[in-house]
Amino acid sequence: MNDRMIKEHVETLLKKDRRLDGRKLTEYRKPISVESGFIETAEGSARVIIGDTEVLVGVKMGVETPYPDTPNKGNLMVNAELTPLSSPEFESGPPGIQSIELARVIDRAIRESKFIDSEKLCIEEGEKVWSVMVDISPVNDAGNLFDAGALGAIAALKSARFPGYDGERVDYKKHTDKKLPLRKTPISVTVHKIGDKLIVDPISDEEKSSDARLTVVHREDGKMCALQKGGTMPLSSDDIAKMIDLGIEKGKELAKALE
Amino acid sequence: MGKLIVKEKEVVVPGEDLAEGMDYLPGDGCYRDKEKVRAGRLGLVKIGGRLIKLLPLSGKYLPKKNDIIIGKVIEIAMMGWRIDTNSAYSAMLPLRDATSEYIARGANLSQYYSIGDYVVAKVTNVTSQNLVDLTMKGPGLFKLKPGRIIKVQPSKVPRIIGKSGSMVGMIKDATNSKIMVGQNGIAWIDASPEMELVVVDAIRMIEKYSHIDGLTDKVKEFLDKAVKKDGK
Amino acid sequence: MTKLLKRMVNKMVYKRKDRKENETRPIEAKVGVIKNADGSAMFKIGKTTALAAVYGPRDLYPRFLSDPTKGILRVSYVMMPFAGAGDRVRPGPNRRSREIALVTEQALMPVIDLSEFPNSVVDVVIELPQTDAGTRCAGICAAAMALADAGIKMKDLISSVAVGCLNGTPVVDLSKEEEDLEGENADVPMAVISGSGEVTLLQLDGEVEKEHLLRAIEMGKEACKKIYDIQKNALKKKYGVEK
Repeated sequence: MNDRMIKEHVETLLKKDRRLDGRKLTEYRKPISVESGFIETAEGSARVIIGDTEVLVGVKMGVETPYPDTPNKGNLMVNAELTPLSSPEFESGPPGIQSIELARVIDRAIRESKFIDSEKLCIEEGEKVWSVMVDISPVNDAGNLFDAGALGAIAALKSARFPGYDGERVDYKKHTDKKLPLRKTPISVTVHKIGDKLIVDPISDEEKSSDARLTVVHREDGKMCALQKGGTMPLSSDDIAKMIDLGIEKGKELAKALE
Repeated sequence: MGKLIVKEKEVVVPGEDLAEGMDYLPGDGCYRDKEKVRAGRLGLVKIGGRLIKLLPLSGKYLPKKNDIIIGKVIEIAMMGWRIDTNSAYSAMLPLRDATSEYIARGANLSQYYSIGDYVVAKVTNVTSQNLVDLTMKGPGLFKLKPGRIIKVQPSKVPRIIGKSGSMVGMIKDATNSKIMVGQNGIAWIDASPEMELVVVDAIRMIEKYSHIDGLTDKVKEFLDKAVKKDGK
Repeated sequence: MTKLLKRMVNKMVYKRKDRKENETRPIEAKVGVIKNADGSAMFKIGKTTALAAVYGPRDLYPRFLSDPTKGILRVSYVMMPFAGAGDRVRPGPNRRSREIALVTEQALMPVIDLSEFPNSVVDVVIELPQTDAGTRCAGICAAAMALADAGIKMKDLISSVAVGCLNGTPVVDLSKEEEDLEGENADVPMAVISGSGEVTLLQLDGEVEKEHLLRAIEMGKEACKKIYDIQKNALKKKYGVEK
């Protein structure tokens, strides 16, 4: 629920370049922790903690028929479930629009950056390909699920190992050493505009006060690969340029957490 | 003879045996199970003679008559304002108790209190179904100016306020700020940008260390250090 | 192994290699793991990990669900999509998870007092990031701690474990391999009010002699006493003062 008094106060502080928790405007919460291989039942997994925000990401793999338009490429599916575990504001039931947007933006970060070399996931053209299913499950939503979720998805993919496969059936009890075929790493940074100030890594009260946001996905070689503008206020070209610069700059910091 | 099993200020969990024998009596948060007095919730043991009670360490606010709370206007109705009380129950602020001014029929009610305003109000009545009525008539009841809103653990509010306001008074003086703490666990802070976080941290510290001895000194020490640092 | 050999092996009395028959897998418990929640806990037994968050008492919509005499307890139970040993689990509730939510609610209800909170709801959200066996029991243990952490009035904690009988051998806390053994086996999830020893959850899947079953239940009660101590210590640890 939008809270007018909290929004006014967030803006008042930002005018003086201050934030609710004393951080600088372009400072992430500390420490940013990424723990890979956290879940033994998944082929790949990660737990990401940024401040009080905690997200679990699991990668499951299976063998499926490819999509007709990409007969020689593996399938990718990204899903997010904002269940009532992680916030009093989430309700049970089918994924709401918030879950869908979160999953779609992270999906694009992975897909458009060509992070997964999906042709190498082809087993038999037009018949059998590996399918990679990424699930994002927040444990505590204290803000910035976009960046935490994307970071977790990337770390989980990096940690993934193929299960056993004999040409007929997938053997999940068998863990091979074979890693996913991955290329250059994408990084997602979401920049928020509140009043006329730009901030990164909002806590929940800041997120609720946000006028507009821009999720900036770029790859370690510097190429931009995905953008998503959110929020109801418009952005000027100047805003966009600044937000992209900030996204790229902060991305370098986030990438360090993956090492 | 009865036997006491726990000590004063011990943290106990539901079902824990507190005392044996009929000499001890179960107070708030405790119950008798045959010869034993047992814990009926998680809490802090408080022994007063033969009476054992438990002070809550967690839990949602439950509106009680005469409590001073900080609520948020969430709806403007025909007969008054609906106020969120940070509990399972919202409250009604009826027209007649909203202000000492006369409110004419059909007046635009949002000129008094509009959606999203925070108010300091007093609980006048709570029914068996927990329908809650509030009043704004009386000293110290008013609409809050813009400021920082934080949530605190309702059971810790008496500690945050301190004996006749001593604890919160100490924070106000040290940081030169205004602070209101509602019984319902909503606190409002009006401080300089430099001091605001010092106030928040001091309150968080009281919440965390509420049941240790020498809390006042600990908070004072923290304030002295923090104010000196930020004062530069 | 040939089928015949398998059958012969199954006829033999089951003997555990890695732990005693009355011993559980290693247990970890932690309270206060989800800051947004009014109460929360993690309970891990073997690889099975349950997270529980409690929100409330809070306003209940739709109104027709509410009880004007007391608050209601509403439990949800889901496996995270990557938590299963095999294929990805389709997210969201299904028939299995809804039944587990129901028996979990009934396992917890006998100790919960929500008479101060008419028309409200206490939501207990249980999610499992990783499962092996004994998921509903781990969920109940986590939920009981989370409810206590949330300051809900409750006359006792609930402790829960699955017991079973494997070819005539009563055992505590079946592993996934044990659940999947062929032969005359039974899996019996149970929950106990720690103080009184009364049973609040009891289910049985499989085949078992009555005497063996009753013996297994007694072993389960003993195991629950140890689980209760772990739950109690985890709660005290959260509220203990760090010096």
